[in-house]
Amino acid sequence: MHAITYESPKSLAQALSLLSATGEKGRLLAGGTDLLIQMRAGVRKPEQLIDAKSIPELQVLSFNSQDGLRVGAAVPCCRLIEDPAVRQHYPGLVEAAGLIGSVQIQSRCSLGGNLCNGSPAADTTPALIALGAVCHVASSKGTRTVAVEDFVVSPGRTVLQADELLVEFRIPAPKPHSADCYQRFIPRNEMDIAVVGVGAAVTLNGDTCTAARISLGAVAPTPLFAKEAGASLVGKPLNESTIAAAAALAQQIAVPITDMRGTAEYRKHMVGVLTRRVLTTAAERARAK
Amino acid sequence: MESQQEHKFKVIGTRPIRHDGVDKVTGRAKYGADISLPGMLHGKVLRSPHAHARIKSIDVSAALALPGVKAVITGADFPDIGDNLVQVGENFVNARHLSQNIMARGKVLYDGHAVAAVVATSPHIAEEATKLIKVEYEPLPHVQNVLTAMKDDAPILHPALRTGGTPEKSDKQTNVANQVRFARGDLAAGFAAAAVIVEREFDTTMVHQGYIEPLNAVAQYNQDGHGTIWVSTQGPFAVRELTGHILQMNRGDIKVIPAEIGGGFGGKTTVYLEPLALLLSKKTGRPVKMVMTRNEVLRATGPTSGSHIRVKIGANKEGKITAAQVWMAYEAGAFPGSPIGVACMTVLAPYDLEHLQIDGFDVVLNKPKTAAYRAPGTTNAALGVETVVDELAEKLGVDPLEFRRLNGAQEGTAQPAGPQFRRIGFLETIAAIKNSPHYQSPLPKSENGKLRGRGVASGFWINAGFQSTATVSINTDGTANVVTGSPDIGGTRTSCAMIAAEVLGLKAEDVHPVVADTESIGHTDTTGGSRVTFATGYAVYEAAQDAVRQLKERAATLWKVKPEEVVYQDGAVSCTTNGNESLTLIQLAGRLPRAGGPVTGRASVQPRGVGPAFTTHVVDVEVDAETGKVEILRYTAAQDVGKAVHPGYVEGQIQGGVAQGVGWALNEEYYYDENGILRNTGFLDYRMPTCLDLPMIETILVEVPNPGHPIGIRGVGEVPIVPPPAAIANALYRAVGVRMTELPMSPPKVCKAITEKRG
Repeated sequence: MHAITYESPKSLAQALSLLSATGEKGRLLAGGTDLLIQMRAGVRKPEQLIDAKSIPELQVLSFNSQDGLRVGAAVPCCRLIEDPAVRQHYPGLVEAAGLIGSVQIQSRCSLGGNLCNGSPAADTTPALIALGAVCHVASSKGTRTVAVEDFVVSPGRTVLQADELLVEFRIPAPKPHSADCYQRFIPRNEMDIAVVGVGAAVTLNGDTCTAARISLGAVAPTPLFAKEAGASLVGKPLNESTIAAAAALAQQIAVPITDMRGTAEYRKHMVGVLTRRVLTTAAERARAK
Repeated sequence: MESQQEHKFKVIGTRPIRHDGVDKVTGRAKYGADISLPGMLHGKVLRSPHAHARIKSIDVSAALALPGVKAVITGADFPDIGDNLVQVGENFVNARHLSQNIMARGKVLYDGHAVAAVVATSPHIAEEATKLIKVEYEPLPHVQNVLTAMKDDAPILHPALRTGGTPEKSDKQTNVANQVRFARGDLAAGFAAAAVIVEREFDTTMVHQGYIEPLNAVAQYNQDGHGTIWVSTQGPFAVRELTGHILQMNRGDIKVIPAEIGGGFGGKTTVYLEPLALLLSKKTGRPVKMVMTRNEVLRATGPTSGSHIRVKIGANKEGKITAAQVWMAYEAGAFPGSPIGVACMTVLAPYDLEHLQIDGFDVVLNKPKTAAYRAPGTTNAALGVETVVDELAEKLGVDPLEFRRLNGAQEGTAQPAGPQFRRIGFLETIAAIKNSPHYQSPLPKSENGKLRGRGVASGFWINAGFQSTATVSINTDGTANVVTGSPDIGGTRTSCAMIAAEVLGLKAEDVHPVVADTESIGHTDTTGGSRVTFATGYAVYEAAQDAVRQLKERAATLWKVKPEEVVYQDGAVSCTTNGNESLTLIQLAGRLPRAGGPVTGRASVQPRGVGPAFTTHVVDVEVDAETGKVEILRYTAAQDVGKAVHPGYVEGQIQGGVAQGVGWALNEEYYYDENGILRNTGFLDYRMPTCLDLPMIETILVEVPNPGHPIGIRGVGEVPIVPPPAAIANALYRAVGVRMTELPMSPPKVCKAITEKRG
């Protein structure tokens, strides 16, 4: 048995000084929906838990049409899902956050926790990548920004140094006729981890696609930004054949494994299916705006 | 629908509130893990990380040195016991194998096999101490596929094992523990007479019962040599018997107190922790509690067998089956004892067959030792036969329900195992489905481009009788207590109370049912085989009749007449020779001290008139052809339930059985990696259906009374799990044109089959 200390800093400065003191032995606790399970299973053994929920900067949730959306790293998903501006402008992000756990879990879990857990199968990460979200990271030495697609480096590991914490996400304001979508595949209708997850965000000018970002979950050691797949759509109409071509490009970068959640062959196939589906839905949403 | 006209029941057939309901919904019911005793220690098991390995050495010194640790046991602490077959539920188990299963000797035979157990002052210290035990293993080649395990060059689990059930004794080392054959008629002639023959092979994986409450045991060993065990079990008498064998204790020196039970489905019919806890208590002189985690439950307790099955059936132009041949190899797990025998008895029993041959093989391999699971062995077998029957009907252009009606077993039909059926209701369940609102309405068209199909399948289960004891005592206020030794996993406390209430002319709520410990009631076999309402209910019926006989004697004493002059009706005694003399049970109960004393009826029975169960199901599915995901849109089960004592609980049993069958069909599987390690050791990745994966399951109760029971009762709990995988496979075929022959029919497999078909 090992002892654990628990701190609940009330300011970002206090949190950063605690972090720089504890280093590798400390671990940020947001909702705890992953961390507590990992501690119980002996996967992570932190000696100090630093509760992120009382840090005001990590609870920011605001939107304006110039700067877009700011989401504090510890904002519980239920707040995000219920926010009218988020619902209106980022339906794909709402879809992803709404897929995580039950109502009880959603009242604890957060976008920041989902990303910092470093799972390749995290549902909100592909949705954030599709939206071009940027992470604002702070330490007692200063701040830096990291694109969400560059944040996870391997299963369970991120770019965060021991003294750094994720403060918030900044998500660009949606351009006119833009929309996003996220879908995952699970064998049951609830209570599962994504076999494959795909996010997409598109911008239309008339019939022509002027921007598109596609992202993949659970098909590589980290969530993937399918840059070429999205770029292939720019300057073209979004129809069955252009969407199928983009889906084929997305399939090319997927390097899935075979495990108890699905075979590599099946996952690759599902990248194609879901990419087509999310692009079709995102295009429909963008046209309706 | 038929009903037993000669009986006009007042309580049986009604839906009173269950006696244990308030305790359960308020959280007051005491389950195994709720037991806590003064000075109690906590035990934890160290388990094998290998699928197959020789144990070269075990060093427990560091664990013993950890403060708070009181004792450590390994295989060396257990007595060597000889072969001894003990009946456990529907099956027999060799106590020597069971002893080796709960604590490895020399070799570990599967991932999760117990290697040592620690007891300490807290569960955390005990867990920490297991990590300090140093075990040196020599890994051995493992085998986990049933066909590979049968080969001559397969890794051998038990060097001394020889195949049983063969005409000639062989001296060859083998993993085939037993073989079974049922045959009659002339198979070649039968197939020669067929217009169509369908032959297919099937594979199914190991699946777990998935009961919510993990296994547990609290044990206290006294200096006088007596031991007490508190445990949630389906069979307190079996726990006493098996623990007695394993620890070489007299049965009378062990008392087993059954706790409330959070699901069993056959999985809680044997022992795992009980002998360990009692031995650790003996070593430390203090009570010991052990509770498994879900990881341990999945890795180390008995699931049911995976299997490889070959089915060949022929039929003539008129749609009559001319011959049937079945070959089945069942995974026993690490020790012999798959349900292959009963699978062979049930697999072809729904059909009237002149020429048949059934071969079965019980095969050991490096997976946990299997235990009973709801109609053991029969769901796998039915997948094979019921989908081949569906294909035969299709090829002959006969409606699949009509095909079953043409060939279905009825009264007088000889079963494959020999005996003729008495009155059964198979054809009635087919007719009930045919006439059901579900089958009568067309399959609604899909509005989202997904593919839909409807399938049917039937199922059979033999049901069990065995031994039961009951007492019915009359309280001073005219209410009654019913005491049995049958743990309640299906609402049987209430069904037993209702049977007593019917006989005594009381209301169900005026009868208090109690499940007693092994020293407070006569021998009662394990809750299993859908036997409790049938057999224990039989004992309750007889015990209540015995109480009525005594009540009549007491009234006769009061009235100074002969007992023959007293009648008992509607909860009152009256005198046939003096019309003025009559007493309600309440009045009579108050006068018992002056009429000869208290009244306790009792009965110990071994009823032979077991009535088997038949069922027919229809299911509508919707398939996403791109993903292979199957949605259950509508499900109806019609079952011959004999006489439904509490129709609400019977419907609940049918719905529960179907839900488990759907899980088995679509997603549940034991997923082992290439090293033989189980990877899905929690409910996240061992995918049982949730309420969002199932529609409301519709039920039709067909009542064809069992002629072997005074009330017409048949077992109802197990057979509903039998048809779902076959019915879903048949529906899937109608939806996408692919015959699935492998369980689970999970999205990757369905997707692959559709892709291959479309080329």
